[in-house]
Amino acid sequence: MENGKLRRTLSVLVDNEPGVLARVTGLISGRGFNIESLSVAETMDPAVSLITLITSGSPPIIEQIIKQLRKLINVIKVVDLTEGDYVEKQLVLVKVRALEAHRAEIRSLCEIFKGKILDVSPRTYTMEFTGNEKKIRDILTLLDDFGIEEQVSTGLTAMPRTKLDKRDRRAN
Amino acid sequence: MIDETRSPDPAEPLAHHRGSGGVKPLRGIELTGAQILIECWKKEGVEVVFGYPGATTIDIHHYLKESGPRFILTRHEQAAVHAAEGYARVTGKPGVALVTSGPGATNAVTGLAAANLDSIPVIVFSGQVARMMIGNDAFQEVDIVGVTRPITKHNYLVRDTESLARTVKEAFYVASSGRPGAVLVDLPKDVVSGRAEFKYPGRLKLRAYQPHLEPHPKQVAKAVELLKKAQRPVLYAGGGVIMSGASEPLLALAERLQIPVTNTLMGLGGFPGTHPLFLGMLGMHGLYQANMAVQECDLLIAVGARFDDWVTGKLDQFARKAKIIQIDLDPTSIHKRITTEVPLVADARLALASILESLGEAPDYEKKSRPAWLKTIAAWRAEGDAVMDYRKTDPAGCTGATCPVWNPKTKGCRTEPIKPQMVIDTLYQQTKDRDAIIATEVGQHQLWSAQYYLYDKPRRFLTSGGLAVMGFGLPAAMGAQIARPGALVVDIAGDGSILMNIQELVTIVEEKLPIKVIILNNGCLGMVRQSQQLFYGKCYADTMLGRSPDFVKLAEAFGAKGFRAERVEEVAPVIEKGLAAEGPVVMEFIVCQQALVYPMVPAGQDNYHMLPFAQAEAD
Repeated sequence: MENGKLRRTLSVLVDNEPGVLARVTGLISGRGFNIESLSVAETMDPAVSLITLITSGSPPIIEQIIKQLRKLINVIKVVDLTEGDYVEKQLVLVKVRALEAHRAEIRSLCEIFKGKILDVSPRTYTMEFTGNEKKIRDILTLLDDFGIEEQVSTGLTAMPRTKLDKRDRRAN
Repeated sequence: MIDETRSPDPAEPLAHHRGSGGVKPLRGIELTGAQILIECWKKEGVEVVFGYPGATTIDIHHYLKESGPRFILTRHEQAAVHAAEGYARVTGKPGVALVTSGPGATNAVTGLAAANLDSIPVIVFSGQVARMMIGNDAFQEVDIVGVTRPITKHNYLVRDTESLARTVKEAFYVASSGRPGAVLVDLPKDVVSGRAEFKYPGRLKLRAYQPHLEPHPKQVAKAVELLKKAQRPVLYAGGGVIMSGASEPLLALAERLQIPVTNTLMGLGGFPGTHPLFLGMLGMHGLYQANMAVQECDLLIAVGARFDDWVTGKLDQFARKAKIIQIDLDPTSIHKRITTEVPLVADARLALASILESLGEAPDYEKKSRPAWLKTIAAWRAEGDAVMDYRKTDPAGCTGATCPVWNPKTKGCRTEPIKPQMVIDTLYQQTKDRDAIIATEVGQHQLWSAQYYLYDKPRRFLTSGGLAVMGFGLPAAMGAQIARPGALVVDIAGDGSILMNIQELVTIVEEKLPIKVIILNNGCLGMVRQSQQLFYGKCYADTMLGRSPDFVKLAEAFGAKGFRAERVEEVAPVIEKGLAAEGPVVMEFIVCQQALVYPMVPAGQDNYHMLPFAQAEAD
């Protein structure tokens, strides 16, 4: 990243109450930082929601953002996933121009990237892909050759990996 | 989610609950929301509520009159919140204000921001339109929870009468625990008029909010190591010392290791102002010896202070020879503006007590180096005092026709001009044995009050530091006088800022509060004018006030007493007469316009560059 900026994926556990998302996003935007991606959903405990957000800044700025988030009364826990190993997924819907001559190739690309065709028209395919950021970027680059007509994407959501322990493996 | 329910009809039977969709059997004692609110206040020990009524808060005022704590009707909601802050600063307990929806709530915004920036526990209860009307652009509707979100520690929209008691409990807990702050509780009209069983929760434990108070032993040990080795240490103590009641251990630490102490504006009174180890305030208008000592020290111990830009000057040049120990309750204050060697996240009182314990009664520290350090400081103090002595220094030149002391015929001063510093100094001499509480507005008079009045005890100096609100002092003095009815409470003001909340003279007279107001009338907005003189080529754009009201007549019109001094020899007698007079008094002093607040570190400079001193660059 330019100027020593770091891109960080933060996992923010919050009370599931009206206004909490506004507090979190307001805190970040109020300090002049951009949120690059955001996703929010209820957790297994309906009183708690998980916000996954991506923001970037220099290490002291990221440190401030994390501390300020922890200071919010409704924020239960903040984890900087980028610190450790984690899995991330994003979902994208894309409508591609699919001329007769290209249809087979597009379908095979879809298969290779484990996508799904959701809608078919005489001149387009609408497809769904999930994956990490890189995979999504790759498939979109490939599909762009045929002409992407429309594309929507969810925010990235993420979860830390469980550390593998030899004892665990023996027990199984 | 907000229940989509109709506003309750007062004639409706008690058992009809909104949101429950049917008839509930009566259990226990049911109270209206207004009654619940007042019962909660009583449980929290609220003695006084400041505010202004309106359509959405009538129910609350109705019960308040019947059985509530004392209500003080201010003449503006901003003043109500500042008064609550004044009360909180003097007592250490949360101050409470009650305002109506819409303009009542927006008028409270400045007060909330001020209290929050200075970490003072203040809770504002605002009326709101009925829940079904929220979002309809209803009469006097403002999304005040949205408006105040970034300027409060936390805020609440109470969603139903059942959750009111818990919310109030939580509001008091959040406002007064950890790093205190301002909290807003928005009360829809139908929540207040609705009914519910009253159950006040005992202890609260919030999943997401648990302030950390105890110092970490490892960090304490590291701090003690640095303290023992330091040759030129300085304690830099802020408002956190006052908040946590850490004055006693601070004094003990300073005396045990012979460490000089400087205070921030917010910290004044946290260390005795007359103590030989006291350096005075530091920062932009700090005293010479304080800034020099901090710039030259080898160990800086920050206690409940946040390295505010006003304190540090040019950041990368601030105390660059020093290692820093930073004691702060708020983790976000650590490494926010400055990187510190030993951060200690803890309550200031507990942290200092634990450091003292580890040091022992007769600690082994750099005793040999200390006399040299204190001698260096004494030399700086002598240099600084020469500039601070208003009797010996003459303001350069005369500002001419804009000055209230100007005589157009002789083209000079009418009389020997009163220097504003002299008024503060005379006030100090006359009141230093009376344990007075001094409130200030914001401007030159505020800084002279910080420099020339010495505060020996905490909670005696009430000033708006972070937000620096003009119009803060008069209402804050009201809160202080109500908290300590027997105390001498003085508001020091300028002719600009006093007019920002002058309407409160009515409240003061009405409530029989014997507050003494000192107005330093220099005919201008002096703080800005000073910058224009020094840095803007003497172009006094929009800072000349021209004709000021006759403050003596104004005081009399409000029902207070008024006195005026125009000559140097009148200053002491007017202060004496004013302080001796019963009831509220306004004393106006016509002062020289040319007087500047010195020392001054120009914006963007480091703290060695104090005007009017020559640059004292470090070797």
